[in-house]
Amino acid sequence: MADNNTNPIAYMRETPLPQLDPPASEAGLGHWVRQNLFSSVLNTVLTLAAFVSLYFIFTSTVPWFVNGVWQSESIRGCREVLEGATGGCFAVLTERWNQLLFGFTYSDDQYWRPTLAFALLFVAIAPVLFVALPRKMLYFTLLYPLLAFYLIWGGSIYATISTGLGFVVGYLVYSRFVASSFALGLIGGVVAAFVTWWLGGFVVDAIAPATPFLEEIPSRKMGGFMLNMILGVVCVSLSLPLGIALALGRQSRLPIIRIICVVFIEFVRGVPLITLLFVANVILGYFLPPDTNFDLILRVIIMITMFSAAYIAEVIRGGLAALPTGQYEAGDSLGLDYAQSMRLIILPQALKISIPGIVNVAVGLFKDTTLVSVISMFDLVGMIRGPILASTEWNGVYWELFMAAAVLFFVVCYGISQYSQWLERKLATDHR
Amino acid sequence: MNRTVFFGALTVAGLAAVAASAGTLDDVKARGKLNCGVSTGLVGFAAPDASGRWGGFDVTICRAVAAAVLGDAEAVEFVPTTGKTRFTALASGEVDLLARNTTWTLSRDVDLKFDFVGVNYYDGQGFMVPKALGVSSAKELDGATVCIQTGTTTELNLADFFRSNNMSYEPVPIETNAEAQQQYLAGACDTLTTDASGLAATRAAFENPDDHIVLPEIVSKEPLGPLVRHGDNEWGDIVRWTLNALVSAEELGITSANLAELSGGTDNPEINRILGTEGNMGEMLGLDADWAARAIAVGGNYAEVFETNIGENTPIGLSRGLNALWTDGGLIYSPPFR
Repeated sequence: MADNNTNPIAYMRETPLPQLDPPASEAGLGHWVRQNLFSSVLNTVLTLAAFVSLYFIFTSTVPWFVNGVWQSESIRGCREVLEGATGGCFAVLTERWNQLLFGFTYSDDQYWRPTLAFALLFVAIAPVLFVALPRKMLYFTLLYPLLAFYLIWGGSIYATISTGLGFVVGYLVYSRFVASSFALGLIGGVVAAFVTWWLGGFVVDAIAPATPFLEEIPSRKMGGFMLNMILGVVCVSLSLPLGIALALGRQSRLPIIRIICVVFIEFVRGVPLITLLFVANVILGYFLPPDTNFDLILRVIIMITMFSAAYIAEVIRGGLAALPTGQYEAGDSLGLDYAQSMRLIILPQALKISIPGIVNVAVGLFKDTTLVSVISMFDLVGMIRGPILASTEWNGVYWELFMAAAVLFFVVCYGISQYSQWLERKLATDHR
Repeated sequence: MNRTVFFGALTVAGLAAVAASAGTLDDVKARGKLNCGVSTGLVGFAAPDASGRWGGFDVTICRAVAAAVLGDAEAVEFVPTTGKTRFTALASGEVDLLARNTTWTLSRDVDLKFDFVGVNYYDGQGFMVPKALGVSSAKELDGATVCIQTGTTTELNLADFFRSNNMSYEPVPIETNAEAQQQYLAGACDTLTTDASGLAATRAAFENPDDHIVLPEIVSKEPLGPLVRHGDNEWGDIVRWTLNALVSAEELGITSANLAELSGGTDNPEINRILGTEGNMGEMLGLDADWAARAIAVGGNYAEVFETNIGENTPIGLSRGLNALWTDGGLIYSPPFR
């Protein structure tokens, strides 16, 4: 035994055996392929079918892209270059890209203005989207709507300044009176803003120079993807606050406010957007006196904003309804008034719940802006369906143009969707 | 109470509209621009080019009127209209003149309260077939499948034509012209039917236009012309006689090339009357003497406008056919300038 104790084990391996590779049948590409693609007769058949269809898709689309003609005068020029081979006529994009992006009446030497406004949009929107950025950037965000308006429409800078002044005066009056009563502050602010605009109108007329620094560009010259962006950005940003107000109004204890909100929401939701656009374009023409210059884009913006505000209101109402009553009672028990409890307790939670729904409405709304092509506005789709396909040069080029439109819309909508997913992850406090 | 206010407002708006449309000529002159309703895009008839300038057969009419009235062919605000918005745009006073391939029908003339001032293009419904089908007449199309746009008069015309010839057909309903083009090329139907000018433009866009023929039969009447609001006859007269001036210019041999020379005075009194060197035609219309000369200078006479935009040397390649002068066996005819 003692011997055994001194040397109980005849042999002990001191270093582990080198690991063997798994058997060839259980590793590597072959295993993966067998496991995932050919594990059964049915899967084998499906895999082969998939490969055959992929082959056909690639062999039919790749030459179309690779052989694509990028330099040509017209579709007939494309066909001459191709000499019967398969190939896209992308020359229409290089030839008419400016019309696709800016419409066909916006003068080329002014393209820098909407482009700059577009670039600044990212600067303005960044602090709203990402909390980590310095809060001082929000001042630029506040300034941005006026700046973008001035860049895109141009005209007298005094008119833009007077508009901004109206907001400032309105806000000052509001903050002066809001301490005593919210309603008084709000009404006072609105009245003060309108008075400022009214007075500003006279001053602007008096001092505006004959030739403004930035040439004035009327709304009917807007077109292309620029028009979709203008409508999308303006309508989403306007309909969010309006939607919140409607959602809160619908839950109000005051019957008049509640009834107004319910009627508005139900009426607007019950009508197709295209009907509202026709009203904006056609019917209003009969009611307004002739030569009334009620800007068509403004009419369309109002209609689309109303439409999406009604939808956003319902989405937010869902968020409000999801909060337990305890949250409302918590606000009351802390002695907060209605505005405070909404702002500090209810809305932050309700809006967080509503993010997917709001993004859904925003993406849908952005795509719905192409409907304005039906009322003879030349947005991206309107440009394609109207002037470009009707030109003798490009009649017959469908795939290339509509694919370009699809790519532009996809990039924007996918970006919005990715942001919202990021935001949801960041705000995830449900301890799942 | 509310209803009274509402109708009151309607009446005021209506009266204002009538008051404003009473003198379209004065309005246009005061504005310095002609508001002309055109198509949002129709090959050869109205489309902006790569630099955004409008051109086409209908567009030239707008420019000619602007040149006659305002002396500047560029003083036109083109208002693109769709088939749905065109009539309201004219009725509400948004445009002064609609030159948008509009078929002259009784209901549009009478019920919608418009005045068609003439016909600038005689169109009609036709059929296109692939050459491989081996058909040379529409009467041989018995049992054919037909691609047709739904909800249009072409649908009714088609039914009438096949019924009156005791033939049967199978319709393939299609929403838009672009879709029709694709379906036809994909072989979804034996024949495609729409207005003959549209067929020609469609065929011109094909990769191999020679593989397709437009059959000679025209099965409906589609006189297309410019129109104005009912009730302002002075304005209607101006548009009507601008169109007539272009036609008469072709008949009398006034072209954009010899216009300047003929404006100096000729031995032909009718040429002199049109170009304003004799008589007071312009004054009668409320315009100056050389209104017609300016209108002709825009794109030449009717034949030149036709040839530049949709004629046989363009990709669209329409022959004059019915749109030849009456002296050449067509229907284009202008009353005398006297």
